[in-house]
Amino acid sequence: MSLTPLEFIAFGMICLALLLGLLRLLLGPSAGDRIVAADTMSVTTTATIAGLAALLNTPLYLDVAMIFGVLSFVFVVAIARTIEGDRE
Amino acid sequence: MRLLGDLFLLLGASFLLLGAIGLVRMPDVYNRIQTGTKAVTLGALSVLLGIALIQPGWWAKLLCIAGFILFTNPVGSSTIARALFIAGVRPWQARPGGRTAADAKARIPLSAAEGSARRSAAPTAALTDEGQG
Repeated sequence: MSLTPLEFIAFGMICLALLLGLLRLLLGPSAGDRIVAADTMSVTTTATIAGLAALLNTPLYLDVAMIFGVLSFVFVVAIARTIEGDRE
Repeated sequence: MRLLGDLFLLLGASFLLLGAIGLVRMPDVYNRIQTGTKAVTLGALSVLLGIALIQPGWWAKLLCIAGFILFTNPVGSSTIARALFIAGVRPWQARPGGRTAADAKARIPLSAAEGSARRSAAPTAALTDEGQG
């Protein structure tokens, strides 16, 4: 399916959002900033994969988006537990 | 229907962009968690609603993805904030004496012992006007 101009602007804004998240991921001063940037980028990427399914007219990519959301949530919780350290 | 879906896509993309701008411009980790969770959650839900209006046959899977984002994103950000607080990162506070954002860029200790050492040393440092959390 071909893109209308509104969809073209929307995908451009999502690409700009991903680039800004990558900027924070690269120059974040601490590990917490990098995790927050990775969390934000993972949710943005989940919505973008669903948009890719609409762009390519294939509902198979929705399963990819769902699995990506599950794995990114597990990743965020695991890294947060690593930073927190072990509690007694 | 296509035009309405495009409008929701544009709304969601603008919220995603606002969340990313806030992620770059906010001075502290906690502020970045705030803007990176709320605006991005709303933007992702609006993008999924726009896709559901463009392709009406896909509403079940899109509803699953939206419910999953709505359920896990606050849990993930709360886990990050709690881990950072336990690791000893203090919230950033502006004061009239000119505390800048560079003071808030404290290094995160990766072990609990170092975090407790930082926590016990915090009242004796020059951080007496920080809030008790």
